[in-house]
Amino acid sequence: MRRSNPEPAVAGRSGLVDLRSPSARRARNDGNGLSRLIALLIGWVALVSAGAPQGVQPVALDVIMGETLPRTLSEFRFFTDGIGQTPNARVIAYDLNTPLFSDYAVKQRFVFVPEGETARYTDEDAFDFPVGSAFIKSFGYPADFRDPDSPVRWIETRVLLRRAGGWVALPYVWNEDGSEGVLRRAGTRLPVSWIDSGGETQSISYRVPNQNQCKTCHLRDGAIALIGPKARNLNNGARLAQWIDWGVLDRAPGDAPRVPVWDDSHDGTLDERARAYLDVNCAHCHSRSGSASNSGLFLGYDEQSAVARGILKRPVAAGRGSGGLDFDIAPGHPDASILLYRMETNDPGIAMPELGREILHREGIALIREYVAAMPAGE
Amino acid sequence: MKLLAAATLALLASTSAFAATHVVEAGEDAQERLQTALIEAAPGDTVRIGEGRFELTDGLSLDVAGVTVKGAGADATILDFTNQQGAGEGLYVTSDDVVLRDFAIENSRGDGIKSKQADRIVYRNLRVEWTGGPAATNGAYGIYPVESEDVLVENSIVAGASDAGIYVGQSDRIVVRHNIVRHNVAGIEIENSFNADVYENMVTQNTGGILVFDLPNLPQMGGHSVRVFRNAIQDNNTPNFAPEGNIVASVPAGTGVMVMANRNVHIFENAFSDNGTSNVMIVSYTEPFDDPNYNPLPRSVFLENNRHGNAGYAPDFEGGEQLAAAVGGQLPPILWDGTGEAIFSNDEAGVLSLGLTEAGQPLAEAQPQPVDLRTDDIPEQPGEVSLPQDTEAALR
Repeated sequence: MRRSNPEPAVAGRSGLVDLRSPSARRARNDGNGLSRLIALLIGWVALVSAGAPQGVQPVALDVIMGETLPRTLSEFRFFTDGIGQTPNARVIAYDLNTPLFSDYAVKQRFVFVPEGETARYTDEDAFDFPVGSAFIKSFGYPADFRDPDSPVRWIETRVLLRRAGGWVALPYVWNEDGSEGVLRRAGTRLPVSWIDSGGETQSISYRVPNQNQCKTCHLRDGAIALIGPKARNLNNGARLAQWIDWGVLDRAPGDAPRVPVWDDSHDGTLDERARAYLDVNCAHCHSRSGSASNSGLFLGYDEQSAVARGILKRPVAAGRGSGGLDFDIAPGHPDASILLYRMETNDPGIAMPELGREILHREGIALIREYVAAMPAGE
Repeated sequence: MKLLAAATLALLASTSAFAATHVVEAGEDAQERLQTALIEAAPGDTVRIGEGRFELTDGLSLDVAGVTVKGAGADATILDFTNQQGAGEGLYVTSDDVVLRDFAIENSRGDGIKSKQADRIVYRNLRVEWTGGPAATNGAYGIYPVESEDVLVENSIVAGASDAGIYVGQSDRIVVRHNIVRHNVAGIEIENSFNADVYENMVTQNTGGILVFDLPNLPQMGGHSVRVFRNAIQDNNTPNFAPEGNIVASVPAGTGVMVMANRNVHIFENAFSDNGTSNVMIVSYTEPFDDPNYNPLPRSVFLENNRHGNAGYAPDFEGGEQLAAAVGGQLPPILWDGTGEAIFSNDEAGVLSLGLTEAGQPLAEAQPQPVDLRTDDIPEQPGEVSLPQDTEAALR
């Protein structure tokens, strides 16, 4: 069940006159002097408030690109209504075919690209976003997952800011009354509970990561990097073209790569869906340039080497994370696979992922079990 | 006058006079205050942790270069992770030129202190301990530098690790000295690393004392140039409490030093005694592997001037007892599986070879026999490892 804001059907969600639209141009050029003056006046009013809802300033580009760490989320002006998360102009909501699992939290994702700039398309990695861009991602829990109208308690909003020297990651935690997101560089823990889709109450100690922990996952070759916005995970058949239309992305090939929706069995083979799941949940660390580069276990979607993908691969420095088992993936035998062992526990010395997971992902575990069970033994 | 002012300014700037010190005392919200200090520290700053017990719920992390984290002493400043709920280690360092000193990490749920791609790090006067003694539920590594250059671990105590107390992985230029490692499965492990000096450590009551291993399918392979010298390696007979499946679970209790694969390993002037299986074992990597770049054989291993006390009286591997009986009741202090090349020993101690010729050969095919590995052609020692932070950091 998703709570993301519907993506805008047209650019410039402000609802005001777009000076570039044909009707506005006609209004300026046609008619006598008075109507032209009035048109000019309307045009001027539209111009000064163009790109922003009435009375709201645009996104604070200077803050994104500056050197401060704003104490409150509202200083960025990403949203026109604070925790309501109505996007400001040039802030675009989006989602991913296969998203990261974060303890069943629902998420809203947004991207901001400065006016007049676009991201640069690439097939493999996250797109190259220009300085001044920002990614915004909120995490929350509906009180009752069975009820589509259940109010969502928003816990935190994380931002990634593209500054001149690289990306900066900041965690903002919503205060008690939801009036403000406050920067918590050291992260925090809070008790969170909800009624799950099966009607059971779940309770966890929810961990908002500290600023260093952002970099543990968002890491590539020693610098903070994007994870989600890759062609293959954004590509739902329409989104890449939309982003080009809205002047956010420079181009996209007609045959841009695409990973399936992991939990839609009609959307891809078991192998593709499982690999998409592992890619999004693991490969940011488990890659040659990520935090688990030393493990030799690489779970990127396009990883070619079977042993690097874990098949008949022996653990290196897993310690008791190996669960007494011999191989990361024992083809045909999920119960003998370290990968499953580490997904199926909460013990901090054993659990994988290492950060951002306090509860078991039952559905993800089921998918990976199916994936391993289906592998021919002795592959 | 201007010259004097300029000189004074230069002098002040060159000392740490302008660097800040962030003091964190024990008490409420230790997690947040300590982590905030580690985030807000600027390069060159010191984070001074006060005396007392700090109760922590999550791992700590440091990603700022040039920071010194200093407690009031390894028995006085205790970072207690007994109630740790999240993160894979107690403290995780990812920045260069860091000094960690004078504090303790107790009972982390995963590893104690891990540093990754953290060059020129100093671990000094630390204690990393699982206070309940050896248990498979203890974290795997106590002090765990990986993928780093210029690593110094000294004057520290590590106890209770369920894999290795001090584990250096896939690194280059390493000094591990003057430490006490006890009650770990492996006391000290140098794995897939180049240019390591392991010396003057007290290595006792582990399962295996010092391991020098090289494993396949890893970004850095071909471990070489390791010197293990002037260590006291005694009474390493703790039953192996590592979880099965890890390569360290195959180390027999009673092992002093074990060399697996690797090239150019010199073991000299150590005091060995009371290791029930053997004082020194030299073997190939035995598992099947699929990596064209990996060499499983030990090559150029040299022993000299080690003192061999009692060993081989309680061999802890399958067939060990029978083997001991076959050679007169006790295994010689040095065991070699028979594989590899340029394996020499000028120690005054017997060597038993298993007579294998290939890595991965089944033990059933062993043809055990005493061998004489003496040589007059003394191989050149790996060079002394000299670290840039060695003297300079003594001031911090």
